[in-house]
Amino acid sequence: MISSVYIAWRYLVFNSGRTLTLVACVSLIAVVPLALEIIVEESKRQLVERAQRTPLLVGTRGSALDLVMNSLYFSDEVPQEMKVAGAQEIAATDLAATIPLYVRFRARGFPVVGTTLDYFDFRGLELQAGTAFVLLGECVIGATVAEQLGLEPGDALLSTPETVFDLAGVYPLKMRVAGVLARTNGADDLAVLVDLKTTWVIQGLIHGHEDVVKSRDSSIIIDRSERNVTANAKLMQYREITEDNAGSFHLHGDEGAYPLTAVIALPHDDKAETLLRGRYLEADNPYQVVRPRDVVDGLMANIFRIRTVLDTVILFVSLATLMALVLVFALSLRLRQREIDTIFKLGCSRSAMAQMLAAEIAIVAMMSAVLVGLAMVVVSRYDQQVVRALVL
Amino acid sequence: MIAIEALRFAYRQGTFRLHIPALTVPEGQKLAVIGPSGSGKTTLLNLIAGIQPPDSGMIDVAGTPVHALDDARRRTFRITRVGFVFQDFELLDYLNVLDNILHPYRVSGALRLDAEVRARAVELAGQMGIAGRLRHHAGELSQGEKQRAAICRALLPRPQLILADEATGNLDPDNKLHILDLLFRAVDEHGATLLAVTHDHELLPRFDRVVDFEAFRGEGTT
Repeated sequence: MISSVYIAWRYLVFNSGRTLTLVACVSLIAVVPLALEIIVEESKRQLVERAQRTPLLVGTRGSALDLVMNSLYFSDEVPQEMKVAGAQEIAATDLAATIPLYVRFRARGFPVVGTTLDYFDFRGLELQAGTAFVLLGECVIGATVAEQLGLEPGDALLSTPETVFDLAGVYPLKMRVAGVLARTNGADDLAVLVDLKTTWVIQGLIHGHEDVVKSRDSSIIIDRSERNVTANAKLMQYREITEDNAGSFHLHGDEGAYPLTAVIALPHDDKAETLLRGRYLEADNPYQVVRPRDVVDGLMANIFRIRTVLDTVILFVSLATLMALVLVFALSLRLRQREIDTIFKLGCSRSAMAQMLAAEIAIVAMMSAVLVGLAMVVVSRYDQQVVRALVL
Repeated sequence: MIAIEALRFAYRQGTFRLHIPALTVPEGQKLAVIGPSGSGKTTLLNLIAGIQPPDSGMIDVAGTPVHALDDARRRTFRITRVGFVFQDFELLDYLNVLDNILHPYRVSGALRLDAEVRARAVELAGQMGIAGRLRHHAGELSQGEKQRAAICRALLPRPQLILADEATGNLDPDNKLHILDLLFRAVDEHGATLLAVTHDHELLPRFDRVVDFEAFRGEGTT
């Protein structure tokens, strides 16, 4: 029995540079369309499923796409803020239940999602460890956040300051991790969920500070009388909410004027939905209501249009690469003509020679298949992150 | 051992014609074939080895009518009973010396590669003085070492006939004599017959017999 595979393997190992180039080319031909397929399917899954499960979104007039992407997938593009009063108005119509959202801040690269506990029920979120946020300054983190940052309940997570050099800007808030969500394979895996008021704390709208009545620090107290205590700007503001200082946190002014980025509206029925949408048709209404599935359908149509173009480009590039590979192989046969003649002279048959060449092709194909398999495992493992980075 | 009668061969394209009315080589003889370039020396080796079939005539090697064999049988005959030594050694760069020596066993189903064959390959390499180079690739060897490895490859299947085509043509004078001595000794030890094409007239006295292709010119070689 002839040792075609052994000889082919020796040849490929000896010419390892050429072999690796061939394997890389063949693998690329397969990996690019397959990876694209996985990423497009994951994009579709993440975009469509979530959009279909979100009946209506209310936000300030502007880009409907930004509103949907920020509210559903927590993208960096922050829509123009609306007021809490807007959410209260919807609730007052009794047409829909509302879940407020304030998605503006980040914590170590992950979006901080200010909302209420209703959001957990609405998205069907379950905790794999700890509890939901109960106190101001507590957060519940997604499975990917916990994994990537190595956090668990009881740990702390700092919000990211928005402007480092702005003394009046947003300072980091040290948040306590109350719980970790079970994996959802969606945007919530990458979210830091906090109570709406905690986001206002991050923004500095709610704050706690040293009790000036109890303070005896003469460098802080300017004037003290029986009814008033006047303090200067040295009065310390807390950047961490603890059991001791939680009571000192308060908001100034009307809560209705506080900011949100969107409100998820859950109409009680189709009629309620129609009525609610009708209320936001007037051009002078500062708010808009959008159906996320309509926005996402438009986005998907664009993605598929781009994908069709990409598929065509990939097809032509693959064909060109394949032809180049055939050419390389044909040229290498010509270069190896003397070797082939010698092997024939020694007594090798044409079929045995063909077996050896076929074995070379088969080994290159198998190595490429392994490489493609590994690449697909990696792409599948990180497809959510890739989709978030490239699409969302 | 070799009996040739009324051998005629012509390439389909070109004007080359080979005609050998008769040639006999007794068993164990070391025969040198000389002649000008293009006179058909290499073609004769190819015809005897069954690489090309003759147009007409008879070639008998140790009782095997090579001229009458089909392609498959000619290949089996060649790999089992003929050892080829080439001018450019024709070793495969991507194989080490041991794999090059074992190569005929790996490319043909007619030979069976087993532990005994491997042991004999190592022993042959020892006899040729290249035992320490068995794990080196062909490209790492000197010219003389390459030809020794090529001789080992030719001798390993214990062929009855060794065909050497300018086997010393690429070697320096010292190596030339040394390699020829090694080849002769190996041929004697294996009881084989040697038919060697050479241009080197200095080596001719070492052969048992010399056939000059000029002699065939008048008889039809053109």
